[in-house]
Amino acid sequence: MKRFATLYEALDRTTSTNEKVAALAAYFVSAPPEDAAWAVWFLTGRRLKRFLPGRLLAAWAMEEAGVPDWLFEESYAGVGDLAETISLILDGRGPAEPAPELPLSRWMEERLLPLRGRPPEEQRPEVTGWWLGLPRWETFVLNKLLTGELRVGVSQTLVERALAQVANAPQPAVAHRLMGTWEPTAAFFQSLLAPGGEEEEDTSRPYPFYLASPLDQPVESLGSPEEWLAEWKWDGIRSQLIRRGGAVHLWSRGEELITGRFPELARTALPLLPDGTVLDGEILAWREGRPLPFSVLQRRIGRKRLTDKVLAEAPAVFMGYDLLELEGRDVRERPLAERRRALEGLLERGRPFLLTSPAIEAAAWDEMARAREEARERDVEGLMLKRLASPYRTGRKKGDWWKWKIEPFTVDAVLIYAQPGHGRRANLLTDYTFAVWSEGELVPIAKAYSGLSDEEILALDGWLRRHTMQKFGPVRSVEPAQVFELAFEGIALSPRHKSGIAVRFPRIARWRTDKTPEQADTLEGIRRLLEGG
Amino acid sequence: MQVLLHPDDRGLFCEAGGFYIDPWKPVERAVISHGHGDHARWGSGAYLAAAPSVPILQRRLGEARIEGVPFGERVRIGEVFVSFHPAGHILGSAQVRVERDGEVWVFSGDYKRAADPTCESFEPVACHTFITEATFALPIYRWDPTAAVAGEVWEWWEANREAGRASVLFCYALGKAQRLLGELARWTDRTVFVHGSVEPLNEVYRQAGAAMLPTRPVAETVRGQPFAGELILAPPSAGGSTWMRRFGPASTAFASGWMRVRGTRRRRGFDRGFAISDHADWPDLLRTIRETGAERVLTTHGYAGSLARYLREQGIAAGTLATPFEGEMED
Repeated sequence: MKRFATLYEALDRTTSTNEKVAALAAYFVSAPPEDAAWAVWFLTGRRLKRFLPGRLLAAWAMEEAGVPDWLFEESYAGVGDLAETISLILDGRGPAEPAPELPLSRWMEERLLPLRGRPPEEQRPEVTGWWLGLPRWETFVLNKLLTGELRVGVSQTLVERALAQVANAPQPAVAHRLMGTWEPTAAFFQSLLAPGGEEEEDTSRPYPFYLASPLDQPVESLGSPEEWLAEWKWDGIRSQLIRRGGAVHLWSRGEELITGRFPELARTALPLLPDGTVLDGEILAWREGRPLPFSVLQRRIGRKRLTDKVLAEAPAVFMGYDLLELEGRDVRERPLAERRRALEGLLERGRPFLLTSPAIEAAAWDEMARAREEARERDVEGLMLKRLASPYRTGRKKGDWWKWKIEPFTVDAVLIYAQPGHGRRANLLTDYTFAVWSEGELVPIAKAYSGLSDEEILALDGWLRRHTMQKFGPVRSVEPAQVFELAFEGIALSPRHKSGIAVRFPRIARWRTDKTPEQADTLEGIRRLLEGG
Repeated sequence: MQVLLHPDDRGLFCEAGGFYIDPWKPVERAVISHGHGDHARWGSGAYLAAAPSVPILQRRLGEARIEGVPFGERVRIGEVFVSFHPAGHILGSAQVRVERDGEVWVFSGDYKRAADPTCESFEPVACHTFITEATFALPIYRWDPTAAVAGEVWEWWEANREAGRASVLFCYALGKAQRLLGELARWTDRTVFVHGSVEPLNEVYRQAGAAMLPTRPVAETVRGQPFAGELILAPPSAGGSTWMRRFGPASTAFASGWMRVRGTRRRRGFDRGFAISDHADWPDLLRTIRETGAERVLTTHGYAGSLARYLREQGIAAGTLATPFEGEMED
């Protein structure tokens, strides 16, 4: 545990990616493989369901430390992290002699996993006993494990880089080994570190996704449009469709197996595609040749049971982008033009569930730019530009795939509620609720967290504290005086929201210090815009 | 019970003595707890402070009328007796004791209980009413032993030295900088580079007999001076400025009680945070209140409301006092 906690601390302390990779590599070299396997599990963002609810842990800690609950709440508001708040209020209570060191894997397998499902009165003496024997930082890490909130500030790419360095294997090989389902065992970790070459395949295992970067240069600088494939940028669930070993698997980019959520896609793909085929694409809710809002697609994921009603309300298609494996051979190194031709051939008879993302034909960039202007009426986010000669890369490698999004919708809204953020924004009022006018009243339409600079956040925090009207727990209602321009990726009419509209990815575009609250937008105006558009 | 001190629009007023303690607006007679800017403000007619604080006040207030009184000595002002008692916050920092007809009030100013090689140690003063600061009055604030934190600073400096980097440590120019220079003397006698705002205060401390590492103002170095492996102390306001560029590759750190919280540490964007404070932590606030034997406690700045409520729940009469004192600022 100490070794893992020290690694966590080292990663937490630095913002330099080289230092993070060095710390990871040093850990992977020195840690026993059964521990390192668990570390990789957590570092790549895999989670265990929480062992205990945070509030139970908090209640025990309060009693142990003799801190009343209101004071714990105030402390939590100042820290912004429950596991950390608990470790801080318990600090200084432990015995002079720390408990003997137990490796991470034994913590997991002998202590935490057996904790699950036992009644709280049996869990409590275990947990409070562990607290007594651990120093502050390890208590913090333990609490993160218990509440299932362990997140470390490293990307999967950095973990892959460190593992590739230790294994002396190419990074894409390591990335591939990390995909799909695996158990955190010593044997798995050892297989991760195997030198390059083919290993036994898990037939459901997806390839690492290639991700596009936002276009940050004039589109003309990309050269001739003929060298590029342009497609609509669909807003759905990026996924891989795998047809291997007589079965179909659908993976989301978050590496979740979602086959069961889309039975019609699996049923179509099984007879249509030959064994040894992997497609990259986007799952969309689709009706009459158009995508439905993302919120409709979410019903497929969110509902516990897939009833006929949900299936009918949210009809799905798989919009194919690319072909990664053909006849059991990895074809990612072949040029996109060739992969795309093969993809079109495979999906020719895929209708109505398996489609190929249509190519947008344009002879010149200005023509392409005009096509992009149609994005909003087509309910897409903009254009994707992919270099026809490029291989299918892994991760977010810049240069071959660009997303060229349309400008977001904007609305001027008034800030009416604020509450403290979490993590690095603890103790600062950074979570805001915004409202627009409707029949002379301010109606909340969106919450937004990001978009302001650190200086603006500080200035606004001061203003909000001086202009608080009422406090409800951590939430303050503030004088409706500050106007902000909010940008949305999507905004749609919604009978389920009180305001009658649903927004997607709201963020703060600008602090409109030049506007008075009376100049903010009205709900009616926004509705007209939506109905008209 | 008599009310010996109460806040008005200019400061904490002692009517029976006709003076203000740490006034925030100019007044005729000011009694000053210590030399930090939120307590010692410019423009009053006459200032009274603990003797070791006078050279610091002279630097801050310039040509003002400043009189010093040795710690523990009673002076009569109007109908009250006033005396200064060490607060352990910075050099010369004092608690102000005010007595009239056997009734005693103590204004703590800013204080800490941890040992500090560069200033007088806090002395608890028995009183009826204790006005205490509450900068870090939450149970999450508990300082590790200073020597342990100073040891981490030293290890950080050494690691940077091995990596060929400069170590830029941000801290208050008055108090924290000198304390760090005193603490680090356990391990080394190397010269430390300092920002222009730090050096004059080092001189004041040295004249008062504080043992600290030798220092050299960055401004006095020649162009092209290599800083790899060196330690530089600077106020947080110097961070991100062009002043920083001369140091080449550097690791940055902030020494402040706020660094106890991981989120604050990360938000500030420094490479490291060292939780070392010149204010009392939660256990020391409670211990100090107990040791004064006060019947009534008034809390001010920081988490004043939380401390007062907690004390009331413990059966101690407590309330808050509104002042513009800032305690330890986050920057």
